[in-house]
Amino acid sequence: MLSKAWSYRTSYLFITPFLICFILFIVLPIIASVGLSFTYYNGIERPRFIGWSNFQYLIAQDMLFLKYALPNTFKFAIVVGPGGYAAAFLLAWLISRLRGSYRKWVALAMYTPSLTIGTAMTIIWLPLLSGDRIGYLNSFLLRIGFIDVPKLWVTKPELLMNSMIVVTLWSSMGVGFLAMLAGILNVDRTLYEAGRIDGIRNHLQELWFITIPSMKPQMLFGAVMAIVTTFKTGAIGVELSGQNPTPQYAGHLIVNHINDYGFIRFEMGYASTISVFLLIFMYFANKLSWKLFGSKEE
Amino acid sequence: MLAISVLMILPIIYIFNNAFKPYHELFVYPPTFFVREPSVQNFVELMLVTSNSIVPISRYIFNSVFIALLSVVGVTIVSVLCAYPLSKHEFPGKKFIFAAIILMLMFTPEVIQIPRYLVVSSLGILNTYWGHLLPALALPVGVFLLKQFIDQIPDSLLEASRIDGANEIIVLARIVIPMSMPAIATVAILAFQNAWGNLDTSALFMQDDEMKTFPFFLSTLTSNLANNVARQGAAAVAALVLLVPNLIFFVILQSKVISTMAHSGIK
Repeated sequence: MLSKAWSYRTSYLFITPFLICFILFIVLPIIASVGLSFTYYNGIERPRFIGWSNFQYLIAQDMLFLKYALPNTFKFAIVVGPGGYAAAFLLAWLISRLRGSYRKWVALAMYTPSLTIGTAMTIIWLPLLSGDRIGYLNSFLLRIGFIDVPKLWVTKPELLMNSMIVVTLWSSMGVGFLAMLAGILNVDRTLYEAGRIDGIRNHLQELWFITIPSMKPQMLFGAVMAIVTTFKTGAIGVELSGQNPTPQYAGHLIVNHINDYGFIRFEMGYASTISVFLLIFMYFANKLSWKLFGSKEE
Repeated sequence: MLAISVLMILPIIYIFNNAFKPYHELFVYPPTFFVREPSVQNFVELMLVTSNSIVPISRYIFNSVFIALLSVVGVTIVSVLCAYPLSKHEFPGKKFIFAAIILMLMFTPEVIQIPRYLVVSSLGILNTYWGHLLPALALPVGVFLLKQFIDQIPDSLLEASRIDGANEIIVLARIVIPMSMPAIATVAILAFQNAWGNLDTSALFMQDDEMKTFPFFLSTLTSNLANNVARQGAAAVAALVLLVPNLIFFVILQSKVISTMAHSGIK
C-alpha cells in the first residue's frame, strides 16, 4: 500500500501546496461551520453543544430572518441570478455577432464594471443615485419631467432593493460572461452550415438548435459563477444606503444576517447555522443548474 | 448593442471625470457629467488625508501592491502545480480531489468567514502578511481553469520528452507551462483582482492599521459618503486607483483570457 503511494509521489507532491491551502481555508471552514451550527459559541467560551435548537430558532422564531433576510434574498437571487445569467448570455450572443476589432471593445465595456469591486462600486454609484437633486439620476429624471420631486434611491426602503439589483446586475458580467462569450465564439462554424442545409432558417433557431447545445459546458460554468456572485453579494445594500442594518431591513440579505450575528452580536454558533442554511441553498441552486446544463455522459 | 455598452461604461467614464473635477464642480447644480476644468487637486488631497495620521497612505499602497504581487505569483505556482497532475497523471484519489474542487467552486468565502477567522487565528497568522496571502492561495477556480486548459495539451508531447529523460519537473517547466501561458495569464488576472480588491482579510484578520491594505483605507474614507461633502473628490481618485490596474491588466491580456475561457466548460 505504502509503496504504491510512493510510486505516485511526484503527483502528490505537486498537488500538496494547493491542497493544504484548499483544505485549511475552504474545506475545514465549511466542516467547522456545520459543526458550530449545533453549538452556542460566542467566540470567548468553548462552544457548547445545543443540538438542533439553532436551526429551530432560525426557521421558527428569528423574525428578522423570516420577514426580511429570507424574502429579500429570494427576490434578489431570482432577479440577479437567472436574470443576470440570461442577460449575460444574451449579451455574449449579441457580441459574438459583431465583427472584427469592434467586438473586443464592446466586450471590454461589458466586463469593466465587474472589475469595480466592493468599495469602488459604492463611490461610483452613490453620487449617481444620491437622494437630493444633485444626484445624477434625479437630476436627469427631473429635467425630462419624469418625476417632480427627487427620489431617495438608496435610503427609501421600497427603492433600495431595486437600486441594489440594478447595481449588482451592472457589475455581474464577469468570468461567467467571458466563458459564455468564448464558448459561443468557439462553436464549430461548419455546424452552422450543416444546420442551414438541414433547414434552419433564422438566427433564433440557430441559437436554440446549434449554439446552445454545443456550448453547454461553458453555460454550466457560467451558471455556477452566476450563483456564486448572487449569493456572496451582501455588503452592497449597506454600502449604498450608508446604514447598517439597512433602512427598515429593506436590503437585508442572508449574508448581512450572518455578519450581523457573527461579527456584531458575536453569536458565532448561530451565525454558522445561517451559513449552513445558505450553503445548502447554494448547493441546490447548483444542482438545478447541473440538471439543466450538465452533459448526459458519465 | 452600442447603446447597452455605452450605458454599461457610463459610470466608469463618470468616475474618471469626477477624479479630475475640482470641488466647485463636484457639487454644482445641475450636475455636469464631463469635467470642465481638469485639476489634480483631488490627487493631492488624497495624499494629504493621511499626512497627519500615523499610517501614511504609501504604507497602504505598499501593502496592497506587495500582497497582490505575492499572491499572483503564489496562486499561479500553486495552481499550476496542482492542475498538472490532476490533468495528466493517474493516481488514487484524483477523481475525488477534482470533484471536491468543482464542488467548492460554488461556495464562496463570504459565507464561511467565521470559521475562516478561527482557522487563521489558530494558525497564528493574524496580523501578518501570511494572513493576507495564504487564504488567497486557495483559489479553486484557478486550478479548475488551468486543469481544463492543460487537458488539451497532447499526451504524446509529454511522453516524448519523458523518453528523452526529462523528469516531471522539467516536463512541467519546459512543456506544460509554456503551452498553457494563456490560462496562466488568466489565473494571474483573477488572482490579482482577488487580492487587489480584497477588503475582508484586512477587516477581519488584521488588527494593526499598518498591516491593512488600500481598499480598507478606501472604505474608511467612504463610510458615510452618502451624507458627507468632504472627501468625495479624494474618494473618486481612490476608486480610480483601485480600478485602473485591473483594467490595464485585462486590456493587455484580453485575448488570452477569452481563449482560456473557451476551455472552461464543466462536463
